[in-house]
Amino acid sequence: MTVLAVITEFVDALRLIVESREAQTGDVQVGGLGEFAYFTGQHLLVSGVALGVAVAVALPVGLYLGHQNKGEFVAVSVSNIGRSVPSLALLGLFIAFAGIGFGNVALVLCLIAVPPILTNAYVGVRQVDPDTVDAAKGMGMTGLEVMRKVELPLAAPLITSGLRLATVAVVATATIGPLADTLTLGRPIINNNVYGEAGPLAGAIAVAVITLLADQAVRIAGRAVTPKGLRLRSDQERESGPNVPSLKRGAQTA
Amino acid sequence: MIDLLAQVQTRQRTGESCVAEDGFCPDYIVANFSDRYLGPFLEHIVLTLVPVAIGFAVAFGLALLAHRRGWLVGPFDGMTGFFYTIPSIALFILLLPFTGRGLVTGIFALVLYTLYIFFRNFLTGLQNVPPETKDAARGVGLTDRQLLWRVELPLAVPEILAGLRIATTTTVGLAALAVFAGAGGLGTVILRDTSFKSDVVTASALCIGLAVVLDLLILALQRAITPWRRAAEAR
Repeated sequence: MTVLAVITEFVDALRLIVESREAQTGDVQVGGLGEFAYFTGQHLLVSGVALGVAVAVALPVGLYLGHQNKGEFVAVSVSNIGRSVPSLALLGLFIAFAGIGFGNVALVLCLIAVPPILTNAYVGVRQVDPDTVDAAKGMGMTGLEVMRKVELPLAAPLITSGLRLATVAVVATATIGPLADTLTLGRPIINNNVYGEAGPLAGAIAVAVITLLADQAVRIAGRAVTPKGLRLRSDQERESGPNVPSLKRGAQTA
Repeated sequence: MIDLLAQVQTRQRTGESCVAEDGFCPDYIVANFSDRYLGPFLEHIVLTLVPVAIGFAVAFGLALLAHRRGWLVGPFDGMTGFFYTIPSIALFILLLPFTGRGLVTGIFALVLYTLYIFFRNFLTGLQNVPPETKDAARGVGLTDRQLLWRVELPLAVPEILAGLRIATTTTVGLAALAVFAGAGGLGTVILRDTSFKSDVVTASALCIGLAVVLDLLILALQRAITPWRRAAEAR
């Protein structure tokens, strides 16, 4: 009986995704594949812009700080601060003081993406064997060459795991975009008065699926650019994967 | 006297218009703190401490089991990691058909988030114990149980507490989204009117403040119960 009720709710939510129905508020048609495709597009667009900017800014800074063995405090505490500022509060502050719109949402998401990328890039470069760097210098490589040809490839697994963390966080947080008038997949969640009971559930299913897919996409892309010898077995990959170990290492170096 | 009255009136009027203009109004926040903010703040504290405590206990059990039986590490890791990857808003909502709106759903989802953090740190802590130390302990005749409680766990304390810090600050942030599970917390204050600066600023500040205070408390605890680390740092 209760199981049936749960199944019914999920089926109803899935139906909202594939076929449109009249809004709770009347007159308008909501839901349906077309609308959800549009939300998905907006969701991926705002996430992609944010991640692109975050990578362009945080990756070089993290690599440089790691290469110079400087700014350890910055690299580690950035991720600590990033974790204690709730995404909803951050977006709320932006809406209250900077206003709504696509650009502001992208900026908030970018701020969320920077800490894991920066910290993991830093830790990734720092954990490269100093002997390897010495050998590279001994062969006559310049600082930039060492960074590009030695440190960057050797740091690839940790950089990838930082990117995965950032991707998951950004795609997840883009859900609250509709609060700032950016119509992502969070729209049926936030505006459940229009979409009815099935709305939040439909939005949640879509967001969960898209986040897991984005995470896997980054994992596969990261694997492709990682040197063969460094490709870890899946269990090791998890160990250097999401969040915790890199922070632990960060804490140890601090 | 008239001047004073005029001043008071002016202040009152600006105070009102500040609220009417959705501004950031310190006077209004102080005057209405117990009515508007105290309740959600206390809910937020419950939404942080309860899941962290439950998650700590559950993950502790999982980690001890996985430590004893190595083949369980993979499955436990995959399971807890999977929950960790599901976006929190989505998880809060996906649980609604099963557990309904309310505090229980909020706490349950937050527990699922802390599991991965705790599990990984427990395990890393236990694995980082040097083999020589374990050999020595066995050499003086410690049983497996004694080895675990007297040698391995005390030596894993730094990693365990590092995990506690991460889990706590993370949970403070995620609890702001528990409003989507109808579980209250400071997210309620932010969502009820995102354009009212007083609400948004107060709720955010309380959230960040709570995270910082709890983090410092755990840090203090860490220093108090691992004196040998401080000794090593001093040297």
